Amino acid sequence: MSVMDAMQQRDAAIEAASPVISPAKKSRFGAKLALGLLLPVALAASWEIAVAYGFAQGRLMPPPSRLFKTLYDLAITGELLRHIGATLARVAAGFALGTIAGTIVGAIAGSSRLAKDVVDPTLQGLRSVPSIAWVPLFILWLGIFEESKIALIAVGCFFPVYLGVFGAISSVDRKTVEVGRMFRLSQFQLARRILLPAILPAYVLALRQGLGLGWMFVVAAEFMGASEGLGYLLVDGQQLGKPDQILAAILTFAILGKITDGLLAAASAPFLTWQDAFAPKN
Amino acid sequence: MLNIQSVDKVYPNGVRALDRVKFEIQQGEIVAVVGGSGCGKSTLLRLAAGLDQATRGTIELDGETISAPHECVGMIFQEPRLLPWLTVAGNVGFGISHLPRTKREAIVGEVLLRVGLGDYAERWPRELSGGQAQRVAIARALAPRPKVLLLDEPFSALDAFTRASLHEHVLDLWRAFKPTLVLVTHDVEEAAYLADRVIVMRPQPGRISSMFDLDLRRPRDRYGPDLEAAKRRILNALDQSLRARTAGDELVPAAAI
Repeated sequence: MSVMDAMQQRDAAIEAASPVISPAKKSRFGAKLALGLLLPVALAASWEIAVAYGFAQGRLMPPPSRLFKTLYDLAITGELLRHIGATLARVAAGFALGTIAGTIVGAIAGSSRLAKDVVDPTLQGLRSVPSIAWVPLFILWLGIFEESKIALIAVGCFFPVYLGVFGAISSVDRKTVEVGRMFRLSQFQLARRILLPAILPAYVLALRQGLGLGWMFVVAAEFMGASEGLGYLLVDGQQLGKPDQILAAILTFAILGKITDGLLAAASAPFLTWQDAFAPKN
Repeated sequence: MLNIQSVDKVYPNGVRALDRVKFEIQQGEIVAVVGGSGCGKSTLLRLAAGLDQATRGTIELDGETISAPHECVGMIFQEPRLLPWLTVAGNVGFGISHLPRTKREAIVGEVLLRVGLGDYAERWPRELSGGQAQRVAIARALAPRPKVLLLDEPFSALDAFTRASLHEHVLDLWRAFKPTLVLVTHDVEEAAYLADRVIVMRPQPGRISSMFDLDLRRPRDRYGPDLEAAKRRILNALDQSLRARTAGDELVPAAAI
C-alpha cells in the first residue's frame, strides 16, 4: 500500500499549496475602491478648478459644486425622492413582469425542442425590433400612463432573461444529466437538483442584463410624457435649459443602477460560491 | 448474477455497435472488458446501466430485466462528473438523499474515509485534483451500496501513479462491499491487475472475440512474472481479435487462445 501512502502525502502537498482566503482581502478592497475613484474625482476636481479660475465658462457643463448643490436642493425639498420613487416603481414592475415572462418562456423553449421550434423564431424576430419602436403602439394600446411605460420596460427585460434561460438550459451538460438519471431522479427532481443549479450562474447574469436594460428603457418610457420620475427631470432640464438638473438626474441614474445591480449580485452570491470562475489576480 | 442475453445494439445511423453479445457475470466477480476503440464496450456498459436500450436481447440482474437505471447498479464514468454546486459530501450523498439525514451522513462519512478523503467532506469539487475527484465519484457510486458497479474507463485520464493508487482503493472497496465490478478499459495492465476474468471484444460489429479467467491470487504483484504472463495473454487475445476481423468474420473460441 506504499502507493497509497505516497498518494496521501501528495494530497497533503496539494492542500498546503491551495490558497487560503487572506486577511489582506479587506484592505485590497479599499485599494480597489480608491483606484476606481481616482479618475472621476480627478476629472471633477480639474473641471471645478477650470471653472473657478475662469478657464471655462461652465454654463452648459456646470462644475461639480453646482451639480451637487442642485442635487442637494432637489433632495431637501423631497422632490428627488419622489422622482426616484416613481422611476424605481416603474423599473421594479417592468423588471418583475419581464423576468417572470422571460423565465417561463425561456424554460419552456429550453426544455422542449418542439416548443423551441415554434416559439424561438418569432421571438428572435421580435427581438430585432428596436424596443423604442413599440412606444407608439403601447401608447395606443395602453394609454400614456403607467401601463405603457411598464410594458416597455418589461419588453426590455424580457429578451435577455429569455435568451439567458433558454441558452442555459440547452447548454446543460448531458453528462451531468446522466448522473441524475443513474440515481433514478424523476423529471421534477432532475429539474430541481440538476437543471436549476446548473443554470443558476447564467440566470443571474441574465437577470443583471435584464435589469440594466430595464434602467435604459425607463428613460425612454419617461420621455414619452411623464409628470414625475428621473426621466421627467431629464426632459424638464432640457426644456428649461438646466444642465445641472440633467446631470443630477444622470448621476442619480448611475448610482441607482449600480446599487440595484450590486444588490442583485449580492443576493445571488451565496448560491454561487461553488463556481470555478476565472478570477484575474492583481 | 448479471446476465447479458445475446444483445444487439444498432444506432439510428446504422452502426452495429453490439452484435449477439452474450455472457454471464457472477455476483462479486471482477470482469474486465477490453478491446480497441469502437468495439462497443462502452455501449455495452451503457446498456447494463439502463442508460440506453438494446435493439434486441435483454440484460438481466438476478432475473430482473434492466430497461432503465436500476437501484442496484452504479456507474462510474470516464470523467468524475461531480456536481460543482455541491460539496464533496453533497456529491457523495446525492444518490441516497431519500435516506434520513443521520443515516446518510454516516454512510457518506464511511465511504469518504474508505477512499481516503475523510477530511474533504466540505470541499468544493473545484478544489480537488483529478484523482481526488474520481475518488469522490467512486464514493458517490458506492454510497447506495450497488450490487453491480460499472466502470467506464474510469482511470484513463489519470497519471500512472494516481491510477495505481485508485486500483488499490477500488480493490479495498470491493473487499469491503463485494459488488460485481464490470470494468471497461484499454489498459492491459489494469485488466491484468484487477480482473478475475477478461472479455476481449472486437469492433465492427462489436462482438466478443474471446473470454478467459486469469486465475491469479490477490494481492497481485504488479511487477511480478504472473502479471506479466497475464498481460501477454490479454495482448495476444487482443491481437488475435483484430486478426480474426481481417481474416474472416467468425468468432474465435476461447480455447484457441
